[in-house]
Amino acid sequence: MSPRMSKLLPWISTVAAIVLMVVIWKLVIAVFDVSPFVLPQPEDVLSGVRDLVQSNDFWSDVRVTLTETLVGFAIALVLGIGLGTLLGRVAWLEQASRPVIVASQVVPKVALIPLFIIWFGFGITSKIIIVALLSFFPILLNVILGVRSVDSGHRDVMRSLNAGRWQTFRRLEYPSTLPYILAGMEVGIVFAVVGAVVGEYLGGDQGLGYRIVTSLNNLEAETLFAVIFVLTLFGFLLYLAVVLLKRFLIPWHASTIDSTRAST
Amino acid sequence: MSATTEDRSLGVPHVSGALPDGEAEIELRGVSKRFSARKRETLALTDIDLGIRKQEFVTLLGQSGCGKTTLLRILAGLTQPSAGEVTISGQPLWRGDHRDDDALRKLGLVFQDANLFPWYTVEENIGLPLLLRKVDKTERRRRAHELGELVGLQGFEKALPRELSGGMRQRVAIARALSYNPEILLMDEPFGALDAITRDKMNLELQRLAEATKATVVFVTHSIGEAVFLADRVVLLSARPGRIRSITEVPAPRPRSLDVTAEPNFQASVLELRRQLTEDEERVAGDGGVTE
Repeated sequence: MSPRMSKLLPWISTVAAIVLMVVIWKLVIAVFDVSPFVLPQPEDVLSGVRDLVQSNDFWSDVRVTLTETLVGFAIALVLGIGLGTLLGRVAWLEQASRPVIVASQVVPKVALIPLFIIWFGFGITSKIIIVALLSFFPILLNVILGVRSVDSGHRDVMRSLNAGRWQTFRRLEYPSTLPYILAGMEVGIVFAVVGAVVGEYLGGDQGLGYRIVTSLNNLEAETLFAVIFVLTLFGFLLYLAVVLLKRFLIPWHASTIDSTRAST
Repeated sequence: MSATTEDRSLGVPHVSGALPDGEAEIELRGVSKRFSARKRETLALTDIDLGIRKQEFVTLLGQSGCGKTTLLRILAGLTQPSAGEVTISGQPLWRGDHRDDDALRKLGLVFQDANLFPWYTVEENIGLPLLLRKVDKTERRRRAHELGELVGLQGFEKALPRELSGGMRQRVAIARALSYNPEILLMDEPFGALDAITRDKMNLELQRLAEATKATVVFVTHSIGEAVFLADRVVLLSARPGRIRSITEVPAPRPRSLDVTAEPNFQASVLELRRQLTEDEERVAGDGGVTE
C-alpha cells in the first residue's frame, strides 16, 4: 500500500463507518417501525444535540464533569507514578503488596461507587475519588513495568561512564519509563471519564452523567442520545490530548511513529 | 615467553600471560570470578594472569561460556573480581567496592549491542559521555561531528538510532566510546551481530581507528579468523573453569589488508587455534562440565 493511501485510510473508514451506522439506524426504524421514544431519527438526535448545547446549565455541567475527570486523573497520575516507582524499585515491597494490588484489581470498582457516595456525599468530592481510583491502577501497573524495563545494556553504558545516581535517573531511567507512563495514561483517561459519568449517574445533581438520569426520567430519548454523543466527543478530546502529549514527549518511540515510517 | 603449567586437577594447559614488571598498561593478576546462583557456584574464571602493552591489539578468543565476556567486564570495571587485582597504568581499578574514576576515564567500552539511547539523536548519543562529564553543548557537538567523520557517519548526525542499520549503529557506539579520548578500547564482540561483508569492512576500519587514536584495544570474539586477523596477540580462553589456554603472537605488521588471510603463517595460526578449540570442546563434552 502506498504511504499516502495508508495515511488516508483511517479517515476514509471513519466516514464510511458513520455513513453505514446512519443507514442501518434509519433502516431499523423504518423496517421495525420503532417508536421515537425508543430510537429517535438521527436528524432528531442532531437537533437534540443543538438544543442540549444551547440549554441552561449545559456548559456548567460540562465544567463539572471536566473538573472531576481532570482532578481525579491528576491525583491518580501523581500517586500512580510515585507508588509505581517505589514498587518497581523495591522488589520485596512489590511482592508484599501484590495480594492487595490483585485484590483491588479484581473488585469491580464501579460497585464501590454507591459506597463512596454514602461516605463523601453527592458533591464533586465523591466523583473525584471514584475517577482517581479507576484511573490509578492502569497507571500504577504500567509504571511498575516501566521502572523494571530499563534495558540492562543501557545500564551498563551508564555504569561504565561512572554516571551518578541523578544522571542515571535523568538521562536513562526517566526517558525509559516515559512510554510506559503514557501508555498507562492512555488507558487511565478513558477509565477516568467512565468514573466521572457513572459517579454522577448514580448519585449526583449536576454534570453530564446527571443529564443522562434526568433525560431518562423524562423519557427524552433525543436528549439521552444527544448526551451520549457529547460524552463520546468529550472522552475523545481527552484521549486525543494524551495522544498529542505522547507525540510531544516521546517522538522517538515506536508507538508514536507513523506505521508508514516504522517499516524499516 | 610465558610458561605452560599443567593444571593438576584438570590436566589441561593453563598459561600465565603476565608480562615483565613495568611493561604492561593493563594488568590482571590472579583474577578469579565465582558466580553463585541458587546454591550452585560456578567458577567463571580462575587465576588469570595477563598483561597488555600500550597500543597493543589483543583479542580474547573462546567458545561461548568460556568467560571471555566476564573477563572483559572485569577489565571494564562492570564486574568485580572475586579474587585478584586489575590495574590500569599502574593504578588499581578497584578500591574496595569503589572503582577508581581516573582508571575508568581511560576506558572506552563497545558492547555487542550498540546500546544506543533511542531518545537521543546520533549526535547526542556520541556526546553522552561528554554530557555526563559536563562538557558544554558547543564542544559536544563539535566533538560529535569530528568523531562522526572519523567513523563514517557524516550526514547522519540528526538521525535517530532506529533509522540506522546495525553497522551504522555500531559505528555510533564506537564514536561514543571514543568521545572522551580513552587510551584503552574494550570491545565485546562488537561486530558479532553484523553480516559477514559488513563485518570485514568494520574490521578494516577498526584497524585504521586503532592507529589513528593510538588506543590499546582488547577485543572479544568467538571467530578464529577475526581474532587472528586483528591481533598482535590472540589469547585463547578455555571453558569450565575459564582460564588462559594459550597465547599466540601474530607478527604481521598492522594495519593489515584482507590479503593477509591468504598467507601460510596466518592459516597455520588459524588451524592451530582451531585444533586447540576442538580439543577443548571434546574435553568439556566428555566430562559434562566441571562445576563446583
